[in-house]
Amino acid sequence: MTGPAAPRAEPSPVRPEPSAAPRTEPPPVRPGPPAAPDRPLAAERAVLRLARPYLSRLLGAGLLAAGTELAGLALMATATWLLITAAGQPPLDVLTVAIVAVRALAIGRGVLRYTERLAGHDATLRIITDVRAEVFARLAARRTAPPRRSGDTLSRLVSDVEAVQDLLLRVLVPGAAAAVVGLLAVGGTALVAPAAAVPLAVGLLLAGLALPAAATALTRRTADRVAPLRGALATDAVDLTHGAADLAAFGATGAALARTAARSRELAGLERRLAAAGWAIDGVGVLLAGATSAAVVTTALRAGVDGVLVGVLGVGTLAAVEAALALVGAARQWSQLRTGLRRVAALLPAGRHTEGHTGAPNAAPPATGAADPDRNRPSVPAPAAPADGPVGGVGVRLDAVCVRYRADTPPALDSVTLDLPAGHRLAVVGPSGAGKSTLLGVLTGTVPPDRGEVTIDGTPPRAYPEQRLPRLVGGLLAEAHVFHASVRDNLLLGRAGANDDELAGAAAAAGLLDWVRRQPHGWDTVVGEDGGQLSGGQRQRLALARALLAAPAVLLLDEPTEGLDPVAADRVLASATAAAGPEHTVVLVTHRLRGLDRYDEIVVLDGGRIVQRGRHDELVATPGWYRDQWLLQEAAERGYLAIAP
Amino acid sequence: MNRRPFDPRLPRRVPATRRHLALLGLLGVATAALVVAQATALAALLTAAAGARLDRPALYAFLAAVAGRALLLWAQGAVAAASAATVKAALRTELLAAVGRRGPGWLAGQHAGQLATLAGRGLDALDAYFTGYLPQLVLSVTVPVAVLARLVLADWSSALIIAVTLPLIPVFGALLGWQAQAATERQWRRLTLLGGHFLDMVTGLPTLRAFGRAGAQVEVVRRMADGHRVATMRTLRIAFLSALVLELVATLSVALVAVPVGLRLLGGGIALQTALLVLLLAPEAYLPLRAAGSRFHASMEGLAALDEALTVLDAAPTPAAPAPPAGAATGTGTGGPAGEIRFESVTVEYERTTALRDVTLTIRPGEHLAIVGPSGAGKSTLLGLLLGFVIPTSGRITVDGVDLATLDPDAWRAGLAWVPQRAHLFAASLADNIRLGAPDAEAERVGAAVRAAALDEVLAQLPDGLDTTLGERGHGLSSGQRQRVALARAFLRDAPLVLLDEPTARLDGASEAAVLAATRRLVAGRTALLVAHRPALLADADRVLRIEDGRVTELVPAGGRGTVPA
Repeated sequence: MTGPAAPRAEPSPVRPEPSAAPRTEPPPVRPGPPAAPDRPLAAERAVLRLARPYLSRLLGAGLLAAGTELAGLALMATATWLLITAAGQPPLDVLTVAIVAVRALAIGRGVLRYTERLAGHDATLRIITDVRAEVFARLAARRTAPPRRSGDTLSRLVSDVEAVQDLLLRVLVPGAAAAVVGLLAVGGTALVAPAAAVPLAVGLLLAGLALPAAATALTRRTADRVAPLRGALATDAVDLTHGAADLAAFGATGAALARTAARSRELAGLERRLAAAGWAIDGVGVLLAGATSAAVVTTALRAGVDGVLVGVLGVGTLAAVEAALALVGAARQWSQLRTGLRRVAALLPAGRHTEGHTGAPNAAPPATGAADPDRNRPSVPAPAAPADGPVGGVGVRLDAVCVRYRADTPPALDSVTLDLPAGHRLAVVGPSGAGKSTLLGVLTGTVPPDRGEVTIDGTPPRAYPEQRLPRLVGGLLAEAHVFHASVRDNLLLGRAGANDDELAGAAAAAGLLDWVRRQPHGWDTVVGEDGGQLSGGQRQRLALARALLAAPAVLLLDEPTEGLDPVAADRVLASATAAAGPEHTVVLVTHRLRGLDRYDEIVVLDGGRIVQRGRHDELVATPGWYRDQWLLQEAAERGYLAIAP
Repeated sequence: MNRRPFDPRLPRRVPATRRHLALLGLLGVATAALVVAQATALAALLTAAAGARLDRPALYAFLAAVAGRALLLWAQGAVAAASAATVKAALRTELLAAVGRRGPGWLAGQHAGQLATLAGRGLDALDAYFTGYLPQLVLSVTVPVAVLARLVLADWSSALIIAVTLPLIPVFGALLGWQAQAATERQWRRLTLLGGHFLDMVTGLPTLRAFGRAGAQVEVVRRMADGHRVATMRTLRIAFLSALVLELVATLSVALVAVPVGLRLLGGGIALQTALLVLLLAPEAYLPLRAAGSRFHASMEGLAALDEALTVLDAAPTPAAPAPPAGAATGTGTGGPAGEIRFESVTVEYERTTALRDVTLTIRPGEHLAIVGPSGAGKSTLLGLLLGFVIPTSGRITVDGVDLATLDPDAWRAGLAWVPQRAHLFAASLADNIRLGAPDAEAERVGAAVRAAALDEVLAQLPDGLDTTLGERGHGLSSGQRQRVALARAFLRDAPLVLLDEPTARLDGASEAAVLAATRRLVAGRTALLVAHRPALLADADRVLRIEDGRVTELVPAGGRGTVPA
């Protein structure tokens, strides 16, 4: 490996090698989570804190990497010495040690590299396992409603976690190895030829510090200019594909394409210019290696160093500077990773403690089973949580509850008082933005009231242990997620250990059973990402069935018949309400007023206040929002029912 | 997947790549020449230095060669990056243009999300292929040839050994590499699955929390990640092993060259300068081949993206193909679809289902038709036919007696406005979103459309009004607000035929009332087809069609117009 342009260690197959043209992070759609504290390298520290249990493994990988580089350097130096010495035609035994050393180094370098790569990847993947679990645990531990995240933000979280892997594998380990090699090379040279150590040190410092600094600055500038364009193009791609029908219908495809093409050309121009600048740094690196080698040879000759040694130093210098140039790549990597690292760090525990950490890293169950590809099939492996027996009825009280999300907006809930004895059936209606979802959030404890009090069975929801509360209050909420798993697994999330009869009961009440029976795989039908394989109506019924199966003491139903046609909606609402036990409370949020005559109480929310309350008959007889809506819906519905067979 | 290192379809699609390839080839030849020159100069320099003498001409030659290589490396990188940028821009534009040409009907089968990702960030993976792999591939041809040529002159026996052992690299690479590649590909899939699983879990956290399962899933996430690690390490052991074997093959080959040279040197049979040249050049012969091989893995993602893009493009027609048949009555389309529309035994079959069966119906000018039926019955397909997104499998649709298939789609669509179930809002200003179908509409007309769509009350709450910039997919607006934007679009389009697809789905009562009122204003005086599953929409219809299982039957409304108290 003499050529200055010789590539460094082979790229890891786990992640594609980043191109020399710096790649960039997607731009945040909106300001991301608060950046980590301003302390320098705070994000890196936070991530590395999780690496602590694996420090010895990481250290071992770093030492192996340094050993690999040193073996390569020593191989070239020894071989050169061997040839130059042999040219003096000494007796063979003078060369024996060197010959053995060359063989050992040649094979040793390969073996060292192999073990180093394995050790590095193993340590890194272990750390990643902890980071993922930790990030998930932190997210899971949040009790309040999390800030709304778009799918993009979430998928970024996944790739951000992989940024940690790159930090360790592509920055830390090679960086440490380059530093060790550089120090030893200068030290060794200073011992045998002090004069030559000076140009070597200068060359190494330039290659190992100045060039990486330049690469970092350039990568950052690139990110600042390229990232917004790439982000805009990604949005264009979304608009042109997901909005293809809208564009075509309105004859706007051509104009949109022209805009995107112009942006695409602008990006291409920018990428070309910045890549040219980036590769100039690599060119300077090549020049630096050669110039340093020449300077070392010249200085050593002037200082009267032995001729054989001069040759060895000249070849060794090439290899050493090349090793230091690895830091340029590491610096590029690192400056690309920082945004992601900061986002991950913001999710990690700030303190010294590592909560949720189960001590010894090897304590995890033997993973051979989990590694089996077949076992990695999508599922929601809900470990059998202690399936509590059925819960009895509980009373719920809201006493003058006020919620205000921001000081400059009107309150979302304003002095709402409700008294729901066990078995009560309450329907909440009102225009959008009236506070219906907030009311449900207050009941589940995700939204803390600013004033007033909520109690479930005499205790505020947030005072219950996290495991207990869902048994008391829960149901079909607006953000119900359907997991990429089987119908059965999705339903079992509601009640672990439910048998097929119980599944069938809940599915029947939600109107899902007939569909399940028609599927070739029945309960084991996999529903796709977020229920993507289902129609809107089936997805809704599945979420409803899961809520019914959970059978909490207070069942919340947020628009349970959304996306169903009127006949199905009436049927499903009736069966779902009936499926809740007589002692269980039901809180229904709906825009459709049919079927509410079976409810004990209806409250009309508007602007966060209860503007009307009573039974269906009373409300229909009283002028107001409810009566208007009822008449409007009913008149239209009569027309419909008259024509529906 | 295409395993060839260079996709021959690429220069056909992007002609500029031919020039870039030629340039890379020239640079590769120059680099090879300089590799030889540099080693020659260094050998001379070191030989002189061994005699404690500084060979100045050799020193300058060495420095010049190094400077030349630095320059070539820069040029090579710049050309490769330029090529990557050009190809990405060209493919991106062509992909999105293909979507536009084929229309949404084709897109539905192509997974819009996948295509958006490919055209968006997916193509960026090509950077690694162009700047990392392709130049190295060129060098793996030019450098060994140059090294062999130089060594034949200097020491032919060494050249012979290299020539014999050199093919071992690609042979071993192929034997081991294929297996590693297959293993790595499997690993990619698993990684995606696990990554997706983690994403699924994080997305579903609120649901897990609602069922008290969030805490329990932490262990599941840890177990999954650990399973991922074990599986990954298993593949890596093989993948790295192939690299190790290749390195050892190269090292042993160099040793095969070096040992005789050393022995001859001891016996005085070869000059030191020649021996040094052999030592410096021999590894250079093996290096580019190994580097190219190892970078192939890294560039695989880019090659896969390229393959996907080219395949999609090949499946899409070229711009000329979808033009209306010769002699088509393009002109009649401009008159707008105010005419009589007839469906004549129209059947639409998709891959697995039949959406419409033998539908015959007539829509008279100015008529309001409501369409009801269970979801998936074929309602949206009916609208898709009129929009030209869906082509009848058999039967035909005529407008004033002219077959719709012979009309220019754009001219035909100019006469219709569409309010879909969930309109796509673009990451642009609200005004631009409303102007979608009439980009040059003046402010007053936009204002009128906004008022007609009851969007003005929404605007009143936005500090920037019409200049409010929406996020991706209209992020920041509620369903009701989106629907009013879609209605405003349709008002501004001012077309004689209006197609509405459940415009009040997902709306609460108040929004529904506002949207309903706006819908009534919109359809007044126009031909309208209205898919409805809310009863509120049916009262206005002249006729109500019911679609079930792809068959259309007509129902007579009991009430009819005027019975709705409002």
